[in-house]
Amino acid sequence: MSTYVGNAQRVLRSRFLEPKAIGTLGIVLGILAFWLAAPPITSRTLTWSLLAGILAALCGLIAVTRGALKVGWGAIAAAITGIGLAELAMRSSESNLNQVWSASLIAQTLVFATPLTFAAIGGMFSERSGVVNIGLEGMMLMGAFWGIWGADKTGSWVWGIMIAAVSGGLLALVHAFFAIHLRADQIVGGVAVNFLALGITGYFFVQLYHGENVPPGISQIPDLHLTKDSNHSFFGNSFGSLNYMIWAAILLVPLSYIVMFKTPIGLRIRACGEHPRAADTVGINVYLVRYGSVVLSGILAALGGAFLTVGYLNTYNENVTAGRGFIALAALIFGNWRPFGAFAAALLFGLSTALAFRLPTYSNNAATLFQALPYVLTLIAVAGVIGRTVPPAAVGRPYKKQ
Amino acid sequence: MSEPLAPQHGPEPDESPEAPPATVAARFDMMQRAGGILVPVITGVIAFLIGGVVIAATGHNPAQAYWDILKGAGFNWLAHPWDTDIAHTAPYNFSQTLLQTTTLILCGLAVAFAFRCGLFNIGGNGQYLVGLICANWIGVSFVNMARPAHILLAIVVAAAAGAAWAAIAGFLKATVGAHEVITTIMLNWIAYWMGNYVFQQGGPLQAPKNVPLDIPISADVVPGAQLPVFWGIPALQGLHIGFFIAVGMLVVFWIVLNRTTLGYQVRAVGYNPAAAAYGGIKVRTNYLRAMAISGGFAGLAGGIDMLGYLHHFGTIDVQATTIGFLGIAVALLGRNTAVGVGLAALLFGGLVYGTTHGLQSGAIDPSLAGHLTELIQGLVVLFVGADVLILAVWNARRKVRRRARTPQPAPEAGS
Repeated sequence: MSTYVGNAQRVLRSRFLEPKAIGTLGIVLGILAFWLAAPPITSRTLTWSLLAGILAALCGLIAVTRGALKVGWGAIAAAITGIGLAELAMRSSESNLNQVWSASLIAQTLVFATPLTFAAIGGMFSERSGVVNIGLEGMMLMGAFWGIWGADKTGSWVWGIMIAAVSGGLLALVHAFFAIHLRADQIVGGVAVNFLALGITGYFFVQLYHGENVPPGISQIPDLHLTKDSNHSFFGNSFGSLNYMIWAAILLVPLSYIVMFKTPIGLRIRACGEHPRAADTVGINVYLVRYGSVVLSGILAALGGAFLTVGYLNTYNENVTAGRGFIALAALIFGNWRPFGAFAAALLFGLSTALAFRLPTYSNNAATLFQALPYVLTLIAVAGVIGRTVPPAAVGRPYKKQ
Repeated sequence: MSEPLAPQHGPEPDESPEAPPATVAARFDMMQRAGGILVPVITGVIAFLIGGVVIAATGHNPAQAYWDILKGAGFNWLAHPWDTDIAHTAPYNFSQTLLQTTTLILCGLAVAFAFRCGLFNIGGNGQYLVGLICANWIGVSFVNMARPAHILLAIVVAAAAGAAWAAIAGFLKATVGAHEVITTIMLNWIAYWMGNYVFQQGGPLQAPKNVPLDIPISADVVPGAQLPVFWGIPALQGLHIGFFIAVGMLVVFWIVLNRTTLGYQVRAVGYNPAAAAYGGIKVRTNYLRAMAISGGFAGLAGGIDMLGYLHHFGTIDVQATTIGFLGIAVALLGRNTAVGVGLAALLFGGLVYGTTHGLQSGAIDPSLAGHLTELIQGLVVLFVGADVLILAVWNARRKVRRRARTPQPAPEAGS
């Protein structure tokens, strides 16, 4: 009996001393190094940040020498950036810091992350089933335009969302038909779908609204008030009054995880994406699964677009999505084709967008360059510097029934 | 995508001619042989017909609209080409169409060259922007340089910058196998924000000297670095000698691809990377080289546009630039060949100008017709990629030929 306990203790101890765990601790310490200098702590001396940073770098070094290279180098990078950012924060005035780094940053991050989350999760369904979806941007744009049009014409945001979903689904159906039945190159098809969406929304925006902003006062997706509006506590400013669609996006993440990895439907989708011939052999209708997945991806991406116009902006401008579909694609790749990974990436990219909106307090130039951060990070991610991204094996390959 | 399909297919005894070819380039080679000029013509006609249906469905007269777009593009000038006075509408519109064609030829070549190596370069727009920014930088500075040297320097730097930008994607493809579509999309957006940064208020290329401080726009390229205009006058966006550079590049493209070792290697890798590697061709080197050359074409387009007629650029222009993307449609419709790209560029150049600034029509408003270009562009790209459509034409031709029992030489694959 005592040997069992001893074993368990040994296992436990070795788990905590594993190089990976030490490296992760280093990364956390590196983040802490910056956090100490930021509100609400706002330490005005560099000592503590420096201490945390040095500890983080040490953890990183230990991890690297023990073989956990990626995490170790990550910890060292976190230590350096942490100390650097802390130093920058020291130099700026406290009021500026409070303006940039406040509770409403969380709310704003979630606002920007929501369309990305919808589209990225949609893209995951499509790509997990074996169909590349470069057309997320176009499907999002369709949802954005037809969503606000629907809300305008019917007078109800519910119908707006429905119409957005249908429009995105229809465009996805075109993509699916060309990718699956006509066996067109899926990337070429996706590019075409983006152009089509740009053309259709642009054309009808002029036809229906004369290319001007849609009239004000369109029914908007309401916010969920957890606290009173006058409540300006930390919770009140961050999560107190978020849009219903934001909560829907947060709920979508575990839901899609369960569907994709814990149900027979998810297993079928993944089988079609990894080895369609094998899936066909065991009686899965590959075409049906792929059609369903691609159309679902169009619906989800369109919901993301509809949130943008019906939920957040409450108006429409030409090409309002402005590349958010491509950031969603980046989030999908960055998150390694997994729901929680994609959501984490969407949050990171949402944070970087939210920060970009606040950075002009310091420097206009830095704020603009900051907008490129999601793309640079994704470039680094696909280059395999921070862990390899593994797409589904059969993604992009047309399947022909025998 | 570009991986071989073989392991998934297994034996397909009587359907083997219908199996999709292994790589993108091989697919498009098949398309080239299938029906010659027939497939692109059918594709174009269907796209225009669907566009017509949309016009009719929204309560405009499609025949009148297309006729006005044709006149807006100045194609009616071809009926009386001796009249070159740009005070008249038709010659002026046609010179403007050729101005767009210049850019589109080079952007089309940027996509086509990579395609022949089995790579899909979606990054034409980013490479174009990078070339444009560099040309503006060189064109605004070095005021005292001699004109030919200044122009040459700006154009070479622009092309090199585009090449370097695309080479990032080529390098990642060659070393870690990162898919070039993803990397070029990301590079597009990085270039987009870089462009916003350099021209915005306080950016390095914004010109506070001759414009109010709050206008996010660059200085003008000095007259000593502007390309000479040979048709029209510079103040009215005359046609500059960059047009001949673009046409010359079509010839260069054809020679490099069909008459040099480099081109042979690029095409071999495009058809089948595994077979090319077996034959001793360095596949990775060719990926890097093909992407760099591709980017060079797009960067050159940016440089020529900046020196030729834009002369300055602003953040709003950066945000509105989509001509690099149009290169995809040009290359695909032109079947990645020199002649095809030239003709497709003329068609789309006419469409771009004829639906916007050139259009004077009671049937359709320019703000509406402008989006028709995007629609037709999308439809063309959509149809051109459809294997089954192309295979149907290909098989129909084989049947016809077999029935005739008179074997005629197959049309040339490359051109």
